[in-house]
Amino acid sequence: MSEAVIKCESVYKIFGENAEKMLQEANGNVDAKTFQENGCIVGVNNASFEVTKGEMLVVMGLSGSGKSTLLRCISRLTDATGGKIFIEGQDLLELNNKELIDLRRNKMGMVFQSFALLPHKTVVENIAFPLQIKGINTDDSISKAMDMVKLVGLDGRENYFPRELSGGQQQRVGIARSLAVEPDIWFLDEPFSALDPLIRKEMQDEFLRLQDKLQKTIMFITHDFDEALKLADRIAIMKDGIIEQLDTPAKIVLNPATEYVRKFTEEVPREKVLLIEDVMDQSASDNLGDLRVSKNEIIENVAEKILTQEKTVGVIDGNNKIIGSINPTKIINTVFGGRKNGN
Amino acid sequence: MEFLKKNPKIFQWLFLLIVFFALCFAIEVPETYKFIRGQAEFIKDPNQSTFVFAGKEVRYYAFDVFWRLPPLLGWLPIWINDSLFFLMNDWMPMEFWNEDTQEFKTRPLLLQISRNLTGFMTFIIELIREILLGGLETIVAFTSWDFIDANPWAELPGLPWTIVAAGATILSYKLSGKGLAIFAGLTMVYISVFGQWKPSMQTLSFILVAAPLSFIFGLGLGISAFKSKRVEKALYPILLVMQTMPQYAVLVPALVLFGVGDHAAVIITMIVAIPPMILLTLLGLRAIPPEVIEAGRMSGCNNWQLMFKVLIPTARRDILIGVNQVIMVCFSMAVISAFIGAKGLGFNLLLALNQLNIGLALEAGLCISLIAILLDKMSLAWANKQTDYFGNLSFFERNKNTIFFIGAFIIGIVLAYIGTFLFKDTFNYLFEIPHNKGISTADFWNKGVDWIFDTFFVYIKAFNTWLIQDVLQPMRALYLRMPAIATIVLVVGAGYLIGGIRSALVVCGLTLFIALSPWWDRALVTTYMATFGVIVSCLIGFTVGTLCFQSKSAAKFMLGVCDIFQTFPSFVYLIPVMMLFGITDTSVLIAVIVYATIPATRYTIEGLRSVPVGLHEAATMSGVNKFQRLTKIEFPLAFPHMMLGLNQTIVFALFMVIIGAFIGTEDLGQYILKALSDKNGAGIGLTLGICVAFIGLIFDNLIRTWVDKRKRHLGIA
Repeated sequence: MSEAVIKCESVYKIFGENAEKMLQEANGNVDAKTFQENGCIVGVNNASFEVTKGEMLVVMGLSGSGKSTLLRCISRLTDATGGKIFIEGQDLLELNNKELIDLRRNKMGMVFQSFALLPHKTVVENIAFPLQIKGINTDDSISKAMDMVKLVGLDGRENYFPRELSGGQQQRVGIARSLAVEPDIWFLDEPFSALDPLIRKEMQDEFLRLQDKLQKTIMFITHDFDEALKLADRIAIMKDGIIEQLDTPAKIVLNPATEYVRKFTEEVPREKVLLIEDVMDQSASDNLGDLRVSKNEIIENVAEKILTQEKTVGVIDGNNKIIGSINPTKIINTVFGGRKNGN
Repeated sequence: MEFLKKNPKIFQWLFLLIVFFALCFAIEVPETYKFIRGQAEFIKDPNQSTFVFAGKEVRYYAFDVFWRLPPLLGWLPIWINDSLFFLMNDWMPMEFWNEDTQEFKTRPLLLQISRNLTGFMTFIIELIREILLGGLETIVAFTSWDFIDANPWAELPGLPWTIVAAGATILSYKLSGKGLAIFAGLTMVYISVFGQWKPSMQTLSFILVAAPLSFIFGLGLGISAFKSKRVEKALYPILLVMQTMPQYAVLVPALVLFGVGDHAAVIITMIVAIPPMILLTLLGLRAIPPEVIEAGRMSGCNNWQLMFKVLIPTARRDILIGVNQVIMVCFSMAVISAFIGAKGLGFNLLLALNQLNIGLALEAGLCISLIAILLDKMSLAWANKQTDYFGNLSFFERNKNTIFFIGAFIIGIVLAYIGTFLFKDTFNYLFEIPHNKGISTADFWNKGVDWIFDTFFVYIKAFNTWLIQDVLQPMRALYLRMPAIATIVLVVGAGYLIGGIRSALVVCGLTLFIALSPWWDRALVTTYMATFGVIVSCLIGFTVGTLCFQSKSAAKFMLGVCDIFQTFPSFVYLIPVMMLFGITDTSVLIAVIVYATIPATRYTIEGLRSVPVGLHEAATMSGVNKFQRLTKIEFPLAFPHMMLGLNQTIVFALFMVIIGAFIGTEDLGQYILKALSDKNGAGIGLTLGICVAFIGLIFDNLIRTWVDKRKRHLGIA
């Protein structure tokens, strides 16, 4: 496992006047109810996790679950009440203002739900903004911004004002702006939530294409479980400030840790999420048929082939070595079993 | 009865009115009462008795219990005066280095500060003035009078008018394009040809100092109020009072603090112009979505960059309205501050009005209005200007405006030089057309006025008499007939019914202040004139606004007209009405009506416009006709915004009524005007100003509270 780019150790964010005192008194045992009775609201409750280099962690939760607060603690737009946050080994909360600004200018980019573009600047000026803030001269920043315009496919519209663009185009500008300084860490706060479904899907695909190319370390916030499944390397599901479960999409779907998580997973079409690897038998049976499937296939894509077999199918890895087996019954159980009406 | 039970609010209002009228009828007009109050503090009347209240002597009439309240605050103006004089002349004496005598001199701190401030102001005004007109003061400031005597060549020559005109045109072209450039050129040529060059440039130099300073300070204070709750809390009451305080009233204390002249005028203009700038800056900054601020932070802005590259540009719309307000106030003050010795068009305007030379007044007024419109448009264009990064322009293209200006500069100087030969014996018209040596249309206008008077005298007089005898006098008598206690009950009751106990207490305090001052009667007269003006203005404004709203282009046109009219300095409105109606109350009232109709119309159109499109469509699909849609959908929804218009209308009307004192009215304004020429007038002027401000604030509080409630009720807050 490579080194952790973002590392949180029991991070708390509590809003209210006596937040810090109350947190100390609670001694690591924060109960939202008692805090609320004393006029404090718990935003993030004991969040500990790591994000490794090039990984995309999606934080999923409904509104008020504290996911945006968590993101703002890590970008230090608000100061966490307790705990430690490390960015590439640096203690974020120890940084002074100047170091923090330095970090943001060089290492971090952020995309916002409502786009948050500057209304008085054109597309290219908006994208060049973080560069100019850094002190890069006009010509260089504009030419760099033009590269970004091309990257997000807005060529020809660089002199438009944000108000003249559609929502999807505006968010492309937001994405380009956040990438202009070539940050290592990329925060996205519900970037596609304000877009309509077709555009959203298009932007998700575009986003995956970009990530494929750029390999940033990403924290992505969303309230849409399907979006989380589609994009994430790992998903953190939050409720009332607490991370209920943090795991890969497949493991969350197969083994929801709590009743709350389970509700989300019930409606998920498993065959579209799970890989063969996730459901195969580890032991290779002797009685294999001729068909071989790769362990990295999504079930949906090979289900038909497997179901037409009578014998167990062998599962191979990248080197064509048989590492397990899967039989048609297993496929049927996975797709149709374990659902609401199945139980 | 059923109806009343269903609408308990109406029952409460009815009850309040019944109490009010009962009090009115129960309290008889005292026999000794005469309309002379206001001087109660200063003229001893044998009918008065005295008692000592909190160490101060209060003179009062026998009826001063319910009919009028005893003037317990009569000491306030005198106290303000004494404190001001103490602060200026005796407070914190310190040693200061005196340049002229080369020694330390003892001077009170405030006096020294005031002298330094005025000295600084004088210097920058003179600097700009002498660039435009030529003169000695700036060079003197750097050297001495002896130096000037020894070197007769040492004089700033001033720019020929042709260069200034060309400069204004080129600058307008650069900022906005052909349209504005043509307007700027024509304005400048007009000013020059009609012989108003010198006073215009004097006014311009005053504005060019006052407006940017007001903008900077207003923006700065607005930012600090945005950043710190404490600053905001401290500023808020001052801002509130200043918004409704008539500009006249601030002149008098400024006279004491800063003396007479352009520098005092600049400072006083700043005092008046800064509050709206602060308010609008604050409003704009507040409205910025938090995500934009976060985006700025994540882009790595430090505090400075965040404020000036993210927050202020994002709040640009509101800040621009602030700039617009600043310019308006500056021009308004350019005229009013002629009372304390500011030179320029305002001075000429007042002089002409005093001599009843309507023609001259009209010319000066027109000049001032044209410059006001020009500066307003230029500042708007400047703020909206965009930079073009992709222009691959040649050197000439890039710098053509500078090149043209240099060209114009050289040509102007050459022309002015040729002029010295052409006009050897007279004035050099190519350098500057002296005052009253240009074309003047004054005679034409004066003859026109005479003609109107000769031709329509009978009708005008008849209208005048009818208005004064049958409308104004009875209305005035009614207002004066109200016992003070009844008025207070009415106002406080209204406050309670609209905004609950909090609102009631606020308006009670404001009303009591006026009632306990020696000027209650005068305040009633001010209120009656303002009420009359507001009623007529609202009728006109709401009607015109509603009619214009029916067509998109008409609405746009009307808003443009409002914009232009709003730019006129308030004093200018007095000119045409004096042309028509001479020196009567009618003139003042008509000026009030014209001036106050602007906000009434504007807010009506804007209110109707703000009704959501979805509702229009819903209404249309329900099958309403145009009239039904107006009465059932648009009016109820636009009403809160229209009420804000009413609020503005009241403030505008009050201002105009006070300014109308210049023509001659018997209200608070008359005393403010008197205070201007009174050595001890500072306290009186300020107290009177506060009284007027409080009248405005009473209505402001009631209307705003109602609007907020109503908006929340309609869900459009």
